Amino acid sequence: MAVAAPSPPPQGQAAASAGNDTLRVTDAQGDPRQPGGDHIFRWLSLTAVLVMMATLLGLVLSLVSGGWMALSHFGISFFTTSTWDPVADQYGAAAPIVGTLITSFLALLLALPVAIGVAVFLVEICPQMIARWLAIAVELLAGIPSIVYGMWGLFVLAPWFAAHVQLPLMMAVTPGSWLETLISGVPNGANIFTASLILAVMILPYIAAILRELLMSVPSHMREAAYGLGCTQREVVMRIMLPYVRKSAIGAVMLGLGRALGETMAVTFIIGNSHNFPGSLFDSGSTISSTIANEFTEATGDMHISALIALGLVLFLITFATIATARLLLGRGGPK
Amino acid sequence: MTASKPTNANFDRFLHARRKLYNYIFLGLTGLATAIALAALALILETLVVKGVAGLDIHVFTMSQPAPDMAGGLLNAIVGSLIMCAIGMVIALFVGILAGTWLAEYGDGTKLATIVRFLNDILISAPSILIGLFVYELLVRPFHGFSAAAGGVALALLAMPVATRATEDIMRMQPNALREAGMALGANRGHVIRSIIWRASKSGLMTGALLSFARISGETAPLLFTSLGNPFLSTKLTQPMASMPTTIFQFAMSAYDDWQRLAWAGALLIAVAVLTTNIIGRALTRGSTHK
Repeated sequence: MAVAAPSPPPQGQAAASAGNDTLRVTDAQGDPRQPGGDHIFRWLSLTAVLVMMATLLGLVLSLVSGGWMALSHFGISFFTTSTWDPVADQYGAAAPIVGTLITSFLALLLALPVAIGVAVFLVEICPQMIARWLAIAVELLAGIPSIVYGMWGLFVLAPWFAAHVQLPLMMAVTPGSWLETLISGVPNGANIFTASLILAVMILPYIAAILRELLMSVPSHMREAAYGLGCTQREVVMRIMLPYVRKSAIGAVMLGLGRALGETMAVTFIIGNSHNFPGSLFDSGSTISSTIANEFTEATGDMHISALIALGLVLFLITFATIATARLLLGRGGPK
Repeated sequence: MTASKPTNANFDRFLHARRKLYNYIFLGLTGLATAIALAALALILETLVVKGVAGLDIHVFTMSQPAPDMAGGLLNAIVGSLIMCAIGMVIALFVGILAGTWLAEYGDGTKLATIVRFLNDILISAPSILIGLFVYELLVRPFHGFSAAAGGVALALLAMPVATRATEDIMRMQPNALREAGMALGANRGHVIRSIIWRASKSGLMTGALLSFARISGETAPLLFTSLGNPFLSTKLTQPMASMPTTIFQFAMSAYDDWQRLAWAGALLIAVAVLTTNIIGRALTRGSTHK
């Protein structure tokens, strides 16, 4: 399509007469004598935007309407009890909600120091030639589908963890102490801690990649000034660079948290899927998403389905709050 | 700062040594962190390749899901994944590119655009299982049955925000002079966008498409209760359809060795597919931005 060919050249006088005003292309509407063309396209693209918004609205509405039956029937006890019994049609979601929060925060706790270390190493310490390749490797880690993490967790991490960490620890602690309570559980490696570990590995590259971009955005004159004063690398990073990106860095961390909260498959493989309120670190448990993934297709009663969708609504509210905060902190520079 | 002491050369040297020591510890720790991350990547890739290659043979591509202990492959899952990803990509690119265009060209500076942009960024990170629940309520429950079409729509809803964001980002990078030149020739706004800006953004749009494909091709959760899965080769959009991720999930959780071997082979296949799409996508961006 040649640009000029189909359109007559009428703009000359119009543009000349309007030429006294500042020429702002963003306000131009094209040739008024060519009705249709532009307007159709304009409305079409606006419709696409509205479709996007309708998706989000529809998501919220469907979760509310689908979960309403369970929420109105159980009321506040849906959140405070942990009896999850499809046979008796009795549903309390405290266990998966707490499981979601525990695994996500534990994962963040494990991943954050490592992610900061990786980002600092790549930006400030390692030679740029190598850093480029390492950055690609870290991004690869972020691209691996979550189901692969789940399988690795189930077939490799869980057996190893049971044999080399869980059993020796159980042998070592004094019976009856608080430590024993903390690590009690079936020694098969499928528990809250290993689920957190897998989640940590999953969100680590994600957080590290954003932190790396943030650190690279620190103006070089600030770093150079600090080095010029005789600061060591540690001092430059800890006192100049990290404080400079603090706000966005918190956003990056919360984005990682949001990812951990909503992650489904990796957790479903390894958390052990029990509806009991988690009693220890090495106890099997469940998260909101693992419960939905496990039970949704097998749910028969309307109340069971409704309870699962209500769980989905809870997950939506938690992640929406987290991600919205993260995006506000990150501003427009956030990742795709 | 404590009260001023007379300068003491030894004390200064001690402080200096301490700062250097802390610095070395700090450097060591960051190196250690990187080593941990790389070790995790290596461990996972090693398992994936060793177990995956062991499960790969020609049957994986030519035969459908076997009964336990029988020869079989992943043909039904591969075909199913391709069909549903294709549906998802067509819808997502159509809506996503138009929406991104509106954000970059028409809506720029308006309040609506700011809100849309913010909500779109949230949709990008929204848990995929919730999209599955939404499509279940939207397309599965009303029609009383799981279907490949529902699976495709679920994938489309996941890829849409990614495509929107990528489109907007790349179109914003086009210099205003291009738009001015087009309009000076007498083309209207829409014509300028379609014939000049889209064309100039071609490689960027391609990257966006690849990245959205990488986002959805490994997704399991939204398919579990939309397309469900199907042990037989099926191309009917109104019927349940198998997909790679759900089949892998089912096989991996099963107790049969054959199925678990196929699961690893499948995991290797989608990991390779996702990683190569990612790499090609990123390579395209690097090539086009002249950085």
